[in-house]
Amino acid sequence: MSAIADGSFVRGGAVKPLPPPVSRSGILRWLNDDLFSSPLNIALTLLCVLLMAWALPPVVRFFFIDAVWSGSDRTACLASPAEPNPGACWAFVRVWLSYFVYGFYPLSERWRVDCFFLALAIGLLWLLWLSAPRRDIGAVYFFVVLPLLSYLLLHGAPLIGLMVVPTTLWGGIFVTVVVATIGIVFSLPLGVLLALARRSDLPVLRLAAVTFIEVVRGVPLITVLFMASVMLPLFVPERLAPDQLVRALIGVALFAAAYMAEVVRGGLAGVPRGQYEAARALGLSYWRMMGLVVLPQALRITLPNIVNTCIGLFKDTTLVFVVAIFDFLRTVDAAREDPNWAAPNTTVTGYAFAALFYFACCYAMSLYARTVETRLARGGRR
Amino acid sequence: MAERASALQEGLPHGRRRFGGAAVQIALIVILAGLFCGAAFEAAQNLARAHIASGFGFWNNTAGFDISQTLIPYSASTSTFGRAFWVGLLNTLLVAALAIVLATVLGFLVGIARLSRNWLVARLAGGYVEAIRNIPLLLQLYFWYNAVLKSLPQLRDSVPLPGGGILNNRGLFLARPQFGANFSFVIAAFAVGVLAAIAWRFYARRRRDRTGDELPIMWPTLVLVVAPPLGAFVLAGFPLTFSVPQLGRFNVAGGVEILPEFAALLLALSVYTAAFIAEVVRAGIVSVAGGQIEAAHALGLRRSLTLRLVVLPQATRVIIPPLTSQYLNLIKNSSLAVAIGYPDLVQVFAGSVLNITGQAVEVISITMAVYLAISLSTSLLMNLYARAEAVAERVV
Repeated sequence: MSAIADGSFVRGGAVKPLPPPVSRSGILRWLNDDLFSSPLNIALTLLCVLLMAWALPPVVRFFFIDAVWSGSDRTACLASPAEPNPGACWAFVRVWLSYFVYGFYPLSERWRVDCFFLALAIGLLWLLWLSAPRRDIGAVYFFVVLPLLSYLLLHGAPLIGLMVVPTTLWGGIFVTVVVATIGIVFSLPLGVLLALARRSDLPVLRLAAVTFIEVVRGVPLITVLFMASVMLPLFVPERLAPDQLVRALIGVALFAAAYMAEVVRGGLAGVPRGQYEAARALGLSYWRMMGLVVLPQALRITLPNIVNTCIGLFKDTTLVFVVAIFDFLRTVDAAREDPNWAAPNTTVTGYAFAALFYFACCYAMSLYARTVETRLARGGRR
Repeated sequence: MAERASALQEGLPHGRRRFGGAAVQIALIVILAGLFCGAAFEAAQNLARAHIASGFGFWNNTAGFDISQTLIPYSASTSTFGRAFWVGLLNTLLVAALAIVLATVLGFLVGIARLSRNWLVARLAGGYVEAIRNIPLLLQLYFWYNAVLKSLPQLRDSVPLPGGGILNNRGLFLARPQFGANFSFVIAAFAVGVLAAIAWRFYARRRRDRTGDELPIMWPTLVLVVAPPLGAFVLAGFPLTFSVPQLGRFNVAGGVEILPEFAALLLALSVYTAAFIAEVVRAGIVSVAGGQIEAAHALGLRRSLTLRLVVLPQATRVIIPPLTSQYLNLIKNSSLAVAIGYPDLVQVFAGSVLNITGQAVEVISITMAVYLAISLSTSLLMNLYARAEAVAERVV
């Protein structure tokens, strides 16, 4: 002890406690960590704030504050002494709204379209709400009953007193929904069959499926629609030539089926091999194995991807314009050229309305896909 | 896959399975062949009734229609349909190539920004991706073309741009560079500079591997690539002049014309695909194991170096395959040109040529074959790349 006594330091009492760390929670922490942690970060934050300050107020002014909400023709949306700088011309959308929804569908028959929307909504809810009762009946309703019902409703059947409405009068959101729904209703089963064929061990079947899938996925939808529109009529007897909308529907459904097949194939590959083997060991035939054991699991795994494909399909419905079908976007684009509404801002307003509609639909679908995904992930952890 | 399927059937009586399989296959062949023959028969009849020729003889006939943008010489009165095909194909490739470059740059920026620690930057990038991905490309194309570019000032009120450019609703007119006789010296000097730069990098790497000394790479490369052509340019007596576009009363003469259709398609394709590429990039970066980043930090690498030397090389392997499929989507989406009248392959060939000749089967088949060839060859390259990467991974 004494050897080190000189000059050594022995503490006499307890050290004073250090001050507590600076508060690391709440808005201060957020500002400190997420926005102003380093010079670069500060610069980025300032840049973003400046960008928003530059872009947001004019947009808000244009679409809300200076917007024209009512009026019966273009004069409402033109610059006037009272309103030197008019913004978005929502009056245009209000006046044309029924055209945007129904196209040229006869006024007296539009209740049929409303019924179709209702029937579709029921089918979608039944199918998408994962804990709905009897979803098997829901599937039958959606894939079998709904198409027949819709055909009778929309096209008409003189036998039950519904007059025939030719598809040339169809248009607007209604046609967009019809094309998207038909695309989904037909492409899903077709895609499942193609995926099974692609994984089958029968070489001819596999070759046919691979060729179809790769060819369709390798070309743009526009060329498929062109083909359906100009080549299909050549290949069938003249009296059987389908009408323009049906041709486009065939094109869209075949196109979507190829993409659906790849998605389903991914799901099939995700089902553990033991499931196939167990089903076989129980003596199930190929179709029962697929239908009762494998496909329910595969489709469940890949449901988010199926919804993503549906989003793509929904956006792709806009391309039917190339075969002269008045889908929603086409009606907007046609209406904005109406000379009665020729004002500088009608074009932007029309497009903004269309963008809002498509965004709402697609975003809802992708939210649904995400919900399902987290739910599935939770199930997998359990 | 095939093994799995056949393994599953081992439990089945072989004869029955084989017989069933063969029956299904023969039935499929018969059905397909029947459909094909029926369709061919009907097509022949329908074509004969409509007096439409068949075969590819039209390829060498005079086209007789004008095309607004031609990269190779083309005239309505003398050029053939075959020539029109090449004009359209080149226009498609031009817009697709430029859009791929722009979309990649923008997509990588946005993808990295989405992972930024800065809350505002990440949110803005996320908003961009969500907004753009959920709105159809066609609507965006219409927006750029009809709402933005068509509302530019008219010819009379053209906006002069620095460097002699002119901007109005008929397009963007830029000065056209005209190369003098001695300009080849500049190109030669540039080539020499690039070679020297490559040699320098090679030497620096070798030296670093042997001795551990770090030689500068960045600025010598810059000097070697920039200085020789610049020197040659001065020595050769500035062999470069610009033909500046002149604003006339009814049109603009001289200069390079960039059509509004081209600009709209380029903008729409770049902005749209960039949102998808951003997602691909984000997923790729997230896929790099967290331990890698922590290890790099532990070695004392800064955030930027960690990103460049550790994260990106590993992320690239994950990013490249989906990135390629986004490029293919972009090329296929360029066919939307038909909506605004940009003369791409579909607009020129499946549009004008089809309308004039009426030979739907041939024209549509050729158009599809072109896109198919692009897709399949790209997938082939992709597979080769994936295989090469997999081997490299094992060696390292």
